[in-house]
Amino acid sequence: MTTDTLAHHHHHDSSSKVIFGFWIFILTDFIVFATLFAAYAVLHNNTYGGLGIKDIVDLPYVLGQSLIFLTSSLSYGLAVVALKKGELKRVMQWLVVTFILGLTFVGLEYTEFAKIVQNGHSWQSSAFFSSFFTLVGLHGVHVVIGLLWMAIVMIQLTMQKITPTMQTRLACLGLFWDFLNIIWVFIFSIVYLMGAI
Amino acid sequence: MSNQHNVAHSEHETGHTKTKLYATGFIVSALLTLAAYFLVDKQLLSTCALYIAVGALAFIQAVTQVFCFVRSNTSKEDGRWNVLAFLFTIGVIIILVGGSLWIMYNLNYNMGR
Repeated sequence: MTTDTLAHHHHHDSSSKVIFGFWIFILTDFIVFATLFAAYAVLHNNTYGGLGIKDIVDLPYVLGQSLIFLTSSLSYGLAVVALKKGELKRVMQWLVVTFILGLTFVGLEYTEFAKIVQNGHSWQSSAFFSSFFTLVGLHGVHVVIGLLWMAIVMIQLTMQKITPTMQTRLACLGLFWDFLNIIWVFIFSIVYLMGAI
Repeated sequence: MSNQHNVAHSEHETGHTKTKLYATGFIVSALLTLAAYFLVDKQLLSTCALYIAVGALAFIQAVTQVFCFVRSNTSKEDGRWNVLAFLFTIGVIIILVGGSLWIMYNLNYNMGR
C-alpha cells in the first residue's frame, strides 16, 4: 500500500511538471503571436494601392466563426469534466463535438482565404496582405495541429481508456485549445472589428 | 469505505463547479463578443470611442477566459510559478508590442516631415 501511494504521488508530481512545461511553451507561443500582432499593427495601412482590411472583412461571417470556436472551448471543458468523473463515453462524445466545431472553424477560414486569393490577391500583394495572412494563417495552422492532436488523443483513449498519462495529455491539449481561443479573441477584435470601424 | 465515499462526493462536487465555471465563461465571452460586434456593426459610438471600447471588451474577454478556462486546466501545486511566468510573459509582450508601435509611429512621423 505504501509503495502504491508513493508511486501514485511520484506520478502525480511528474504529470504536474509536464503540464507546467507545456504552460511555458504556450507562454512563448503567446510572444510569437504578440510579434505578429505588432507587425500587423505597423503594416496594416500599407496596402500598396490594393485592397485594405475594410474591403475584405465580412463581419457576420467572422462573428459566426468566433461563436463556433468559442463553443468548441466549452465542449472541450465538458469533456474534461467527464474525464474527471471517469465517464469515457461522455469524454469521447464531447471530444467529437469539439473536433467537428474546430473543423468547421478551419473550413470557414479556408473558404475566406480562398475567396481572397480567387479575387487575385495573395500573400505577396502588399505589406498588409503579408501581415494579415501570416497572423491569421498561423492561428489557423495552430488549430489544424490541435485537431490532429485531438484525433490522436481520441484514438489513444479508445485503446488505452482513462489512465493518468491520458489525463495529462488531455490537460495539455485543453491548455492549447484555450490558448487558441484567447488569441482568436484578439484577432477578431483587432484585425476584423477594428478593421471594419 | 466512508473515506472512499467522501472522495467520490468531492470529485462529483468539483465536476459540478467546473461545469458552472465553463458555462459562465462561455456565456460571458459570447455576450462580450456580441456586444463588440453590435457596437461596430451599428457604429454606435464615435470612431475613437469605438477603438477604445473594442479594445476594452477584448481585454475583459481575455481575462474572463484565463480565469474560467485556463486556470481550471493548470495544476494547483505549481500555481505560483504558473502565475509568475504568465506575468513575466505579459511584461515581455507589453514591451514588445508597445515598443514596436512607439518606434514605428515616431519613425513615420519624423520621416513624413
